[in-house]
Amino acid sequence: MRHIISILMENEAGALSRVAGLFSARGYNIETLNVAPTEDETLSRMTIVTRGTEDVIEQIIKQLNKLIDVVKVIDLSEGRHTEREMMLVKVKAQGEWREEMKRMADIFRGRIIDVSDVTYTIELTGAVSKLDAFLEALDKSAIIETVRTGASGIGRDDRVLKA
Amino acid sequence: MELTGAEIVVRCLQEEGTEFLFGYPGGAVLNIYDEIYKQDKFKHVLVRHEQAAVHAADGYARATGRVGVALVTSGPGATNAVTGIATAHMDSVPLVVITGQVATPAIGQDAFQEVDTVGITRPCVKHNFLVSDIKQLAATLKKAFYVASTGRPGPVVVDVPKDITTQKAEFSYPKKIKLRSYSPVTKGHALQIKKAVQMILDAKRPMVYTGGGVVLSNAAAVLTKLVRLLGFPCTSTLMGLGGYPMPDPLFLGMPGMHGTFEANMAMQHCDVLIAIGARFDDRVIGNPTHFSQDGRKIIHIDIDPASIAKRIKVDVPIVGNVQDVLTEMLKLLQASHERPDAEALKAWWTQVELWRSRDCLKYDRNSTLIKPQFVLEKLYEATGGEAFVTSDVGQHQMWTAQFYKFKQPRRWINSGGLGTMGFGLPAAMGVQLAHPEATVVCVTGEGSIQMNIQELATCKQFNLPLKVILLNNRYLGMVRQWQEFFYGNRYSESYMDALPDFVKLAESYGHVGMRIEQPGDVEGALKEALGMKERLVFLNFITDQSENVYPMIPFGKGLSEMMLV
Repeated sequence: MRHIISILMENEAGALSRVAGLFSARGYNIETLNVAPTEDETLSRMTIVTRGTEDVIEQIIKQLNKLIDVVKVIDLSEGRHTEREMMLVKVKAQGEWREEMKRMADIFRGRIIDVSDVTYTIELTGAVSKLDAFLEALDKSAIIETVRTGASGIGRDDRVLKA
Repeated sequence: MELTGAEIVVRCLQEEGTEFLFGYPGGAVLNIYDEIYKQDKFKHVLVRHEQAAVHAADGYARATGRVGVALVTSGPGATNAVTGIATAHMDSVPLVVITGQVATPAIGQDAFQEVDTVGITRPCVKHNFLVSDIKQLAATLKKAFYVASTGRPGPVVVDVPKDITTQKAEFSYPKKIKLRSYSPVTKGHALQIKKAVQMILDAKRPMVYTGGGVVLSNAAAVLTKLVRLLGFPCTSTLMGLGGYPMPDPLFLGMPGMHGTFEANMAMQHCDVLIAIGARFDDRVIGNPTHFSQDGRKIIHIDIDPASIAKRIKVDVPIVGNVQDVLTEMLKLLQASHERPDAEALKAWWTQVELWRSRDCLKYDRNSTLIKPQFVLEKLYEATGGEAFVTSDVGQHQMWTAQFYKFKQPRRWINSGGLGTMGFGLPAAMGVQLAHPEATVVCVTGEGSIQMNIQELATCKQFNLPLKVILLNNRYLGMVRQWQEFFYGNRYSESYMDALPDFVKLAESYGHVGMRIEQPGDVEGALKEALGMKERLVFLNFITDQSENVYPMIPFGKGLSEMMLV
């Protein structure tokens, strides 16, 4: 099962490698990972998408909680939450592609943020499935480069992760 | 007043009440060593290899329950210390290891004796720090001692760059420290404890399975009361030996790969298993899928939530400090008028005694060769079961666990989790320093002892009158045993050829050496050695080469699939 795990941790050198090291040392899988400081600059928020049986996920949460730098951990997929991922795709934009790519970006509510004679860079934000669908919809030969941030998530309503 | 970083390090150790600092000097820690020279509040113990510094601090910590402290230099100093740190980590031993580091501007420049200590030690510490600001030095050391000694204990590394040791800062040592990201639980959940007590009262075939957590949380006394009140059979893992008095009739011996028949069978066939500060590891329960679950209920008490439901599903998990939880349980039981079904318990004991009558630890007592088991039985008798005993890793370790019946906790000191050969001698040094009047014995093999034999010099320098019991079978015995059982007697590289003359070796270090070849000489030699209170005596027992450790559960098998003599 896919789980999206949110971690609040001390914004200290090496904190990221503690988490990454834990996953590799214990053979857990990381599908995506992202991290950045929060409104409180002493704290970082990390989001990890992983897969595993319920037992494995339980161990992941427990092992993360054991790390001294980790303040709080929540499995967002256990409750109501929203998820977003951002993607930048550089596509071919010459000849017939030029109009086609603009149209595709519009359909998926993407934005063209960089234009050259031969390429567009499209920014697209949304659920992971929407980003996947966009890549599916594009002609593979048109895609030059793809950069994805990995999913970020937040609990709905009063479901919050705070120190 | 402003102090230099080196002065701050020394002051912090003094504030923590450090008695012994085990270490080895080098470039990056010279400033700290200069401050050590100028003080006399704690004693520095100069080892002959950094690994031994950490093992000695570890032995000190295990024997006292206090934090062991070691100091090594950067680069090779730190890498040599890693085995010691990993050993302590696996067995949850509280240590603070201070490592020197190259000066801050040189970090990342591939400087002389530079290594990424924080990176290298990350997977084998409870936590580690690189001090990058002199103002944070004192607080960091305070945190290190706090983290090492609370919750599930473990080693903490503090990496101190050389320039930090010369910079100056106002010194004040925090009395208390609070970390928002670290607040270990102590008290167990009251409702869960109640549930567990009811399950215990309803048990028909109970079994108490205790581990290192009992020793670490100083819960031996309350455990003993609880088990005796209930009259339940009890077992202790390799790490837990001495947590319950081993000569007691309720005690069934150690469980696991080389555990007793009765302990393993009772583990497998009980209806309520009460696991206390033990973690169902592979050497204890073997293959978890062979660990029968039919109708058996499991109560699991552990301070580390990650130890619960890691390998085995449990029915009543209780996260908390073992001592606190057992104290609560005992209170509830004492207040209750209910007692477990006496008839059922009697029938269960009849079964257990039947298993015990299998006499699974028997060996040939008429052998003309010295049997290692015999040496350990005689050692037990000669020391009244009161000695501190450290061991290395292998057959001798298992035989000691089987034949030396510890009556108290913190007397049996060995590397259980990591299985570190070379642990025994330096660990014994830490134990002897902590308990100068006590009899401290290191049981070892000719493979293990050579991994840290240089420490005989440290023992001489600090007058540590250890008794080294070398069970010398000229083989890496446990390797040989596996090769005999599972590799068609192909003894690949397990013969220890070209052994030194251990008597002369001991003598050259300034100690007493003895060589014992006849079973009839064992007792006399032990008594003579134990009588030499002021001297380290190295006893080289030439033992039966073909002896195996029984019972044995082959790797990947279950608890009831034992190979017996």
